[in-house]
Amino acid sequence: MNGFFDIPSDLQHSWFGLIGLHLREALLPVLAGLLAALPIAQLCVRFRWLYPPVLGVTTVFYAIPSLAFFVVLIDYTGQTELTVMIPLAVYSLVVLVPAIVDGVRSVPQETLAAATALGLGPLRRYLQVQLPIAVPAIVAGLRVAAVSSISLVSVGMLIGNQGALGNLLQDARNYHRPELAVNSVVTTAALAICVDAALVGVRRLLTPWMPRTARHGGRPSAARPAGAAAPEAEEAAR
Amino acid sequence: MIRIDTVTKRYPDGTVAVDRLSLDIPDRSITVLVGPSGCGKTTTLRMINRMVEPTEGTILLDGADIRDQPVTALRRSMGYVIQNAGLFQHRTVVDNIATVPRLLGWSKQKARARAAELMERVGLDASLAKRYPYQLSGGQQQRVGVARALAADPPVLLMDEPFSAVDPVVRKGLQDELLRLQEELGKTIVFVTHDIDEAVTLGTMVAVLRTGGRLAQYAPPAELLSAPADAFVEDFLGTDRGFRRLSFFGSATLRLRTAPVVTADATAEQIAAGAAEAPYVLVTDADGTPLGWAEPRDLTAGRIDPARLLPHGRPFVHGTGSLRAALDCAVLSPTGWAVAVDEAGRAVGVVSQQAIGEAIRAAHGTHRAEAAEEAGVTG
Repeated sequence: MNGFFDIPSDLQHSWFGLIGLHLREALLPVLAGLLAALPIAQLCVRFRWLYPPVLGVTTVFYAIPSLAFFVVLIDYTGQTELTVMIPLAVYSLVVLVPAIVDGVRSVPQETLAAATALGLGPLRRYLQVQLPIAVPAIVAGLRVAAVSSISLVSVGMLIGNQGALGNLLQDARNYHRPELAVNSVVTTAALAICVDAALVGVRRLLTPWMPRTARHGGRPSAARPAGAAAPEAEEAAR
Repeated sequence: MIRIDTVTKRYPDGTVAVDRLSLDIPDRSITVLVGPSGCGKTTTLRMINRMVEPTEGTILLDGADIRDQPVTALRRSMGYVIQNAGLFQHRTVVDNIATVPRLLGWSKQKARARAAELMERVGLDASLAKRYPYQLSGGQQQRVGVARALAADPPVLLMDEPFSAVDPVVRKGLQDELLRLQEELGKTIVFVTHDIDEAVTLGTMVAVLRTGGRLAQYAPPAELLSAPADAFVEDFLGTDRGFRRLSFFGSATLRLRTAPVVTADATAEQIAAGAAEAPYVLVTDADGTPLGWAEPRDLTAGRIDPARLLPHGRPFVHGTGSLRAALDCAVLSPTGWAVAVDEAGRAVGVVSQQAIGEAIRAAHGTHRAEAAEEAGVTG
């Protein structure tokens, strides 16, 4: 009963169950973040003066420790997944907003002028020209946001076992089973790598129009969320 | 006709890009707007499809104010070609070209069929249809840009420095192609460039604009070169204005000498007859293709060695070639004589620099007489 994949019954999930839960808790917030970031970024592109304050606000949000977030949210959303997911969604904005803004700005002036001159209205221009061309930069942002979200979910264990794979860390201590901690760390890392690879695949599917030589862009670094989109954005601009 | 009526564009900071400009742009011809940077030529072009709104004045298209119809409808009725082509990098060649037909609600199939037709028309191989812009050369991209502008068969074509980013050889090819297309299609083309040579080559009418967006001169290119309105236009036309003007004089009036053109197996009498008319004779092969020049005394009748001939340089086409081409040919020839060929490249005669000079003086005389007559009629 003490095998690597034998998950204590208090977690009410198998190993695969925990993985599914982990992915949901990590990726739904990124998706929500993306849906929020698209209009915010568009406003920042449209009204240039808005971009610096928006960047400031998202950075400040990112600086709030998740525990502090939980303390505030727990009064409203209780010890639920939602309490974990809301901060993660807010954190993803710090990466996604600049990524989308850079991506949309990377559309060459001539391309935009041509789109206008051919009679595309503002909405068509956004949906049919700016957004598709921004896809590489947006996916680059999504990769950073998804990977960092996957690692952050584990903190949820502090509010009543809402940390999915992270809960194994607590159980490792409670039951004196260090292999559970190893399982938690290794599985989380493997998940992050798989999701990252999947996103690269998605980008390749969406951008058959990119020169192959430019596809090996710099790997976005989670340590520099705000600047992470830059190499990919330049790649898109070429 | 597009009538630009005392149009001014003033920006909020007080800069005047275009200053009380009036132009009548004739139908089915190429009107070139040319001038130094900051002369408002692109602004003027963009006012025609309302990408820039004039501060004062009106623009009429076939008598109706361009503001009378929805702006997107106006733009879809005017093709637009931009510098660097401005292609949609995320769409294939065929989908780029099909943009406006799709906006106009054509079915995907019909739009693509039309795109394929246009690719052929602008000289793009059908195998390029599924390529993306990054897979094309600069010249090919520009052709896609032209095809995209023509896709919905708009009566008006606006071209904003379309050929300035490609190398000179490709540019020359694109210019020839545009003239050929225009002969077939007869669009009303407004063409912006900073290159006076391009303006003179392409324009039916040329509007020279000066810094500050004021019109300096509006005239057909031959008139521009022969009678620049002021010192600014004269400066802008450059130092070889006289030479360029020769482009507008045909070479049909040149009196060619045929005796000095001999074949490689020429007899002594033929060589002597040639030597009587010119210091050199031009040797051709049996088909009449020029091989090179030789001094008559160096030639052995019956068996002339082509390897020992002087190069003949690039010949000009008698009739369709201009006096500029003929003079260029004579200047570059080691003998000072130009070689005239027919459309098939067969030598039809030779002509000396002196004879070309006489033809130039005669052409100027005729031109002056015509101008005086015209002035007499109108004034």
